[in-house]
Amino acid sequence: MLTIKNLQAKVAEKQILNGIDLKVNAGEVHAIMGPNGSGKSTLASVLSGREDFEVTEGSIDFKGKNLLELSPEDRAREGIFMAFQYPVEIPGVSTINFMKTALNQIREYRGLPSLDAVSFLQLMKERMNLVEIDQSLLSRALNEGFSGGEKKRNEIFQMAMLEPRLAILDETDSGLDIDALRIVANGVNKLRNKNNAIIVVTHYQRLLDYIVPDFVHVLYNGKIVKSGTKDLALELEAKGYDWIKNEVAVA
Amino acid sequence: MNSTITHKDLTDEVVASFQEATFGEATLNREKAIQFLKKNGLPSTKHEEYRFAPITKSLERNFTWRNEVSPSSIKSIDEFLIPSLDAYVLVFVNGAYSTNLSVVNNLPGGVKVKTLSEAFEHEKEIIDQYFDKLVASEADSFAALNSAFWQEGIFIHVPENISVEKPLLILHINDAHQTQVIAHTRILAVIENNSSLNVIEKFDSIGNNPVFNTLSEEFVVGEHASLEYCKTQNDDRLHQVANTVIHQSNSSQVNTFTLTLQGKVIRNNFNITIDGEHCESHFYGLYLLNGSTLADNHTVVDHRKANSFSNELYKGIMDGNSKGVFNGKIFVRPHAQKTNAFQSNRNIIISDSATVNTKPQLEIWADDVKCSHGCTTGQLDEEAMFYLRSRGISESIAKAMLLYAFAADVLTPIKNEALKSYLDGLIAERLHTHF
Repeated sequence: MLTIKNLQAKVAEKQILNGIDLKVNAGEVHAIMGPNGSGKSTLASVLSGREDFEVTEGSIDFKGKNLLELSPEDRAREGIFMAFQYPVEIPGVSTINFMKTALNQIREYRGLPSLDAVSFLQLMKERMNLVEIDQSLLSRALNEGFSGGEKKRNEIFQMAMLEPRLAILDETDSGLDIDALRIVANGVNKLRNKNNAIIVVTHYQRLLDYIVPDFVHVLYNGKIVKSGTKDLALELEAKGYDWIKNEVAVA
Repeated sequence: MNSTITHKDLTDEVVASFQEATFGEATLNREKAIQFLKKNGLPSTKHEEYRFAPITKSLERNFTWRNEVSPSSIKSIDEFLIPSLDAYVLVFVNGAYSTNLSVVNNLPGGVKVKTLSEAFEHEKEIIDQYFDKLVASEADSFAALNSAFWQEGIFIHVPENISVEKPLLILHINDAHQTQVIAHTRILAVIENNSSLNVIEKFDSIGNNPVFNTLSEEFVVGEHASLEYCKTQNDDRLHQVANTVIHQSNSSQVNTFTLTLQGKVIRNNFNITIDGEHCESHFYGLYLLNGSTLADNHTVVDHRKANSFSNELYKGIMDGNSKGVFNGKIFVRPHAQKTNAFQSNRNIIISDSATVNTKPQLEIWADDVKCSHGCTTGQLDEEAMFYLRSRGISESIAKAMLLYAFAADVLTPIKNEALKSYLDGLIAERLHTHF
């Protein structure tokens, strides 16, 4: 589904990604871990099409399309979803209107008719239950005055509504207490199926207790320096990143 | 105080035309006003208060000075009405009041709505008390111009303990099919104690010749009385200077909303005197500009008594080559302790060649008050844009959503549903069709 080859990118003249290779198939969950400043969030940003990042080398193929040529909205319409590390507060725009517009723009792109108000509300209700989010939150302005946990839950609600083929969770666990973490992770797990894939970007193992990955990759200095199974995440949790940095230094 | 730099030619022309004209009413006020004008002239952009509003220059360039009412062939006002708004309708055509087109039946008991010329004849006492007392015809040249030349006006009197439920819709229609239009209109509304009034003003013109309108309006709001006021300026031919003055007494409430969407040069002088305790006032404004429209909102909120609250919020979105100007003064007089006065002006510029000049001015002589002001000018929030786009929303729709959210916020204080939905529609239409 997603093939990243030798991806190099910089932001404000600073080289951050130094040649990333990654292949993600449908049905898989990949965790990207790594110390601060290793390039995890940059990778997520490049995938979602953030314009401050300049790709200098390499390619990203998504379902046979050159992802780098697509605008952020077209990436979303093709099925990419990024759960933001810091979801933006947008006063004056209600979550309901926002989701309705987004969903119908995506449907239009795919040649599907717009959902009428009744079907939309029905779908919303169903997905709200799935991710355990309260309607009162969604009637308010988008993320305005939401707690950290409410914002993250709203991200997963949006994911549930838009049903992406590839979801990138950018440090979704940051700022969550253990109960909120469990609710968010449960939501993600319910959305997992054989047709979609998830990339979980995280610092910590604890999210991976709930969203169990098929593969774990360690990003360091803008490169994937080690890949493994979920056991690698446990090893990192126990030993920290220094042994990886040493391995890289020796190599 | 008046450092007006004279535009000699136009001022001379204006003054000369005064000698030739005959006026039925208020001749003394008119004489005084023309003397002021003679002395001070029309303001150029060297005048501090008109620095960013080259209206005099635009008048010189586009108009021939004349006093007569321009001919009109307007037979119906349907296209100028606000859909589903149940209102009394007062119609001016080219500055003359049209009895035929106006619909003012079944007013609540004792409420008077008549032309100023009638009022000068039959309501002498109240006219003498209030007419031309609030408006700054001895401080502002355009107010003086209006006081000297006004053609017709409306007198509204709401006696004590009467709530006028239906709004009064005042249509200022200018028919510039045959010739240019220069119109000077006036309104005097006196709302006595415990009464309420809702006034909506709308400006429209047809035809291709230039239109210049001065409007001077005085609102006297009694104790425990309330005024809802809304003005929409959505007329691409219009040059306008509107002087709106509101005087509030104890425990009165005033809500105002000024919407500017189109026009050549629009200047709103908006002065509120809070001359009572326990008043509550909300002054909202929105200017959504494009093309080469210039809209200049000058507001003065003058707290003269203790324990009152005022909140002013003006927002602007500037596109094309448009220019927005906001100047907001708040005075808190020495006796006006425990005043709460807030002011905010927020602007978004969405084109490289649009500009905005904003200047808040607070002068506070009392020491136990809560006052704040702030102004911001910026572009659209890029993080918010990216967030919307990352969910599949196109750049143009994302932009429109954010601008609409920014703008529609100022409709909050409007209570009349038909009016609110009309204004909301105007805002939505503007923000969707252009982006």
